[in-house]
Amino acid sequence: MSDVITTDAVIIGAGPCGLFAIFELGLLDIKCHVVDILDRAGGQCAELYPEKPIYDIPALPIVTGSELTHRLMEQAKPFHPQYHFNQMVTELIKHGDNDFELHTDGGIVFRCKVVVIAAGGGSFQPKKPPIPGIDAYEGTSVFYSVKKMEVFRGKDILIVGGGDSALDWVNNLQPLAKTMTLLHRRDEFRAAPDSVNKMRELVAANKMQMKLGQVTGLTGSDGVLASVQVKGNDGSAFDIAANTLLPFFGLTMKLGPLANWGLNLEQNLIPVDTEKFESSEKGIFAIGDINHYPGKLKLILSGFHEAALLAQQAFRYINPGERLLFQYTTSSSNLQKKLGVA
Amino acid sequence: MAKITFILHNGTEQTVNAIAGMSVMEAAVKNMVPGIDADCGGACACATCHVYVEPEWRDKLGKRAPMEEDMLDFAFDVQDSSRLSCQIKISDAIDGLRVRVPEKQF
Repeated sequence: MSDVITTDAVIIGAGPCGLFAIFELGLLDIKCHVVDILDRAGGQCAELYPEKPIYDIPALPIVTGSELTHRLMEQAKPFHPQYHFNQMVTELIKHGDNDFELHTDGGIVFRCKVVVIAAGGGSFQPKKPPIPGIDAYEGTSVFYSVKKMEVFRGKDILIVGGGDSALDWVNNLQPLAKTMTLLHRRDEFRAAPDSVNKMRELVAANKMQMKLGQVTGLTGSDGVLASVQVKGNDGSAFDIAANTLLPFFGLTMKLGPLANWGLNLEQNLIPVDTEKFESSEKGIFAIGDINHYPGKLKLILSGFHEAALLAQQAFRYINPGERLLFQYTTSSSNLQKKLGVA
Repeated sequence: MAKITFILHNGTEQTVNAIAGMSVMEAAVKNMVPGIDADCGGACACATCHVYVEPEWRDKLGKRAPMEEDMLDFAFDVQDSSRLSCQIKISDAIDGLRVRVPEKQF
C-alpha cells in the first residue's frame, strides 16, 4: 500500500486553467497537488500547439503555448505546487463532505478536501489508426509509445508518421533495430529539421529505408506481425516486411475515467454553476474547457476567471466559519508576502 | 446562410444550415454531426475534423493551406479530397457543399 498524500486540493490537469488555479488557490493558502497524464505541464498548449501563437491572452498581445505554460508555472511557483506527471486519475472516492480520495494509474493515492477538474477535453491518449485487425497486434507487435527501447532490439521496425515522435524514434531506435523503415504520406516532415536531416543521412547510408504511402492492412498470426500492406503515393500497392509497427499520429483527447465518478455530465462536459464553478458534487469543481454553463466560451481567459471564483468557495469549504477577506495583490502586504515580494 | 450536407460513414446524410463565416467543423459540432471530434476547437492543431470533399466541390474550395497540409499528417487514410473541416469557411458560394465523414477520427 502506497503512502497517502494528504493535501488541501488536487487539481486534475496541468493545462493553463489548472496552473492558474494553483495561483488563485495559493493566494488563499490552499495547498495543491497537480496531476497530468502528459509528461509535462501545458495540456493542449504543450501537446497540440506549443509553437502556435495565441493572441487573446489579456496583456500578452502574442504568446506561444509553451511560453504561456512557462509563465503560468513561474506565477504559481511561490505556492510550491507538487506536480505528478505521466499519471492519470483513475478513481475518485467521496468519503464525506470535503473528504475525497483519489487514485492514479501509477499508484499514487491522495486524500484532499477539494478537487478541481481542469481536464480540458479529457486525457490525451495516442491515436490508434483504424487499420483493420490492428487490435490483435497491440502490445505484441504494435506500440503507440516507446517505454523501454530494449524491447525493440533486433526487430524489423516500421515507423509511420512525419512528426517529431516518428522522426525521433526512427533516429533513436535505428541503431538497435535489425531493419528500420519509415513510412509517411508525403516527402515533407513537420518534425525538427535536425531529426529530418539525420533520418535522410541514415537513408543515404543505406541504414534504413524511407517509403511514401499509407498503411492499408496488416498480415501476421497469433499477434505477431509479419508484413504491412501499403498504398504507395504513386497508386501502387506493396508490402513492407516488419514484425514491429509504431504508428505516430499524434494524440487525441478521451474523457477517460472521470465519466465513472458519479458526476452529472452533459455531452461529455461537466455542468457547473457560474458562482462557484462547482459540479453536481459538493467540493468537486470544474474549470476550463471541461465545464459547461449558459454562455460558456472555451477560451483560456474564461478558465482564469473560473479559477479565481472557485478558489473563493474552496476556501469556505477548507476553512469553515472563517471570514474570507477580499484583497488585491497590488495593495495587500499579506498577499505580497505569500508571493515572496514583500 | 448555406446548407452543408454531411455524408456519414453508414451512408446516411445529415444536412445542416450554417451561417456564413462559420467553419464547416463548427457547423458540424453545433448540429452534433457524428464523426467530427474537433479536439482542438478549430485551431488547426489536431486533425480530428477530417472530411472528404465530394468531387464536384473540390475546385470550388481552393487549396489546403500549408498548416492544414501539415496537420493532415495526423489524419488516417488521407486522400486528394481530404480537408480539415475547421479550415473550410462557410459562404454563400459553397451553399450545397457535400462532404463525407470518415468512420472515425481515431
